[in-house]
Amino acid sequence: MSYSSDLDIRITDSSLRDGSHAKQHQFTPQHVRSIVAALDDAGVPVIEVTHGDGLGGSSFNYGFSHTPEQELIKAAVATAKRAKIAFLMLPGLGLQDDIRESADNGASICRIATHCTEADISIQHFGLARKLGLETVGFLMMAHSQPPEALARQGRIMADAGCQCVYVVDSAGALIMEETGDRIAALVAELGPDAQVGFHGHENLGLGVANSVIAVRAGALQIDGSTRRFGAGAGNTPVEGFAAVAEKLGIRTGIDTLKIIDAAEDVVRPIMDGECLLDRLSLTMGYAGVYSSFLKHADRQARKYGVSGAEILIEAGRRKLVGGQEDQLIEIAVALAAGR
Amino acid sequence: MTKATAAIVGSGNIGTDLMYKLLRSDFIQPRWMIGIDSDSPGLKRAESAGLIASAEGVEWLLAQAERPDIVFEATSAYVHRENAPRYQALGIPAVDLTPAAIGPAVVPAVNLGAHLDVPNVSLITCGGQATIPIVYAVSRVTEVAYAEIVASVASPSAGPGTRANIDEFTRTTARGIEMIGGARKGKAIIILNPAEPPMLMQDTVFCSIPLDADQDAIAASIKDVVDTVASYVPGYRLRAEPQFDDPTPTSGGLARVAVFIEVEGAGDFLPPYSGNLDIMTAAAAKVGEGFAQRILAERS
Repeated sequence: MSYSSDLDIRITDSSLRDGSHAKQHQFTPQHVRSIVAALDDAGVPVIEVTHGDGLGGSSFNYGFSHTPEQELIKAAVATAKRAKIAFLMLPGLGLQDDIRESADNGASICRIATHCTEADISIQHFGLARKLGLETVGFLMMAHSQPPEALARQGRIMADAGCQCVYVVDSAGALIMEETGDRIAALVAELGPDAQVGFHGHENLGLGVANSVIAVRAGALQIDGSTRRFGAGAGNTPVEGFAAVAEKLGIRTGIDTLKIIDAAEDVVRPIMDGECLLDRLSLTMGYAGVYSSFLKHADRQARKYGVSGAEILIEAGRRKLVGGQEDQLIEIAVALAAGR
Repeated sequence: MTKATAAIVGSGNIGTDLMYKLLRSDFIQPRWMIGIDSDSPGLKRAESAGLIASAEGVEWLLAQAERPDIVFEATSAYVHRENAPRYQALGIPAVDLTPAAIGPAVVPAVNLGAHLDVPNVSLITCGGQATIPIVYAVSRVTEVAYAEIVASVASPSAGPGTRANIDEFTRTTARGIEMIGGARKGKAIIILNPAEPPMLMQDTVFCSIPLDADQDAIAASIKDVVDTVASYVPGYRLRAEPQFDDPTPTSGGLARVAVFIEVEGAGDFLPPYSGNLDIMTAAAAKVGEGFAQRILAERS
């Protein structure tokens, strides 16, 4: 089964959303215009633009945005000639009014994320998004933490609420090959014709591209990546790398491989503060199953309190923290400093 | 000493937990437990605790010759909006544990005495009960232009009402942070965590403060308010000393204090990890006692 008559799968680039974490939410409208223009020209069909933690993410807990995200969404919509502009929102943080505002500003795909056991808090938001005529995507975050059947049940809740594509979201970059395939297959079996299935990978164990290929083979029709890995933790599945692999495997993505390779090097890399690396902290996250966007926060608290960032992350894993609990990293650092 | 009588409307988990707290009160005698389902375990528990239990709803309660001095409502926002005018018509003050937000909001540690003359008071949300006292503790010492709270709650203690309308939680809490906490602008975030064994309710409060704010005075004010809340919610405590941060680009250029709270429930009926529910029933009991003392004083 294919995504459409032209595409076997559809790729969403999340550089301007997941990359917001790596950029500590300091994107400007000029950054957005440059990246959107380059990705659009390379044929990337969907570009996600929001604060890293979704609509309303600008805060003490996650970091305040340099530029209000709605201004960034407007800049993206005004720049894109072909690509659709998507946004992310997390119920409990973002509000339905934020969805309305994003739709008014021209975004056309609403991506709604919950921890992978809490899908029922998104029902209202999917209902509104569909009523507004938005295309919908559901994110089951920290998907490594639940077995395939449990994810499938949660995916069913989203699909019944109006979600058109349920993503297995490897927020911790902790899924390994077959673990990805089994989760995708369980969702495909559960959802059948009711909704598509997607995969969002991170590189914390170096498996973003491999997991994405396995996801496609298991029936995923939508794949996320970030050009130059520009994302949280060790970054996301590199779009240019995955596009090259897909082309070699005969999987049609609609992306011009040479153009996206150039965009990664010439446009995206200069906007990044540094490469997204598989270094000690990001590898620790994949290893301990920790939410990728904790990286910069753990690093900051480690420096402030003079403790080990890796120890903060391992304790976060031990406490089974979920996405959004960045505040707890401060308290962990304080406790580690006191225990020395 | 005679006590004021009370009816609990809503025989679910919250109503049952509240009953056990009221049974210990010096000022309130819980006399009625009202439900709509005769098989409700809450009604059976109430009966064995010596209350009059009825599954015939509020109509039955209000048709009795003897009426309660105070009513506690732990149904849903929808049902409470229907019932509130009935209580008011009969002059029975109502303590609202639902998110209906009909009457003025009360956080006992901040404004307990302020609304004991109105027919209906609202307890906002569990996140509000846990965090607004801290915002108030900071704003009574220095200017708080912006306050933000993060409430982390164990999944099994987030009921279907909260889940079906999570925006209502964040909006109502944010409004309470402004109106009662004293922040010029408020923001609320709720996280549900499914970890096993379930985590205790944890709340973080961030308040912006001026660069030259008196940090010692802020810390002392926070500890003072924590003691006040702990006087009616024994499991309410600081997890760490208040943490002060200088402005950075990601802090929006604001200096701030961060306060880390944990709420362990008393385990009256609900499990101890449900600190979020315990703080609601404890606050309801405290507010109800405020009404009861006023009623008893008028009688004597």
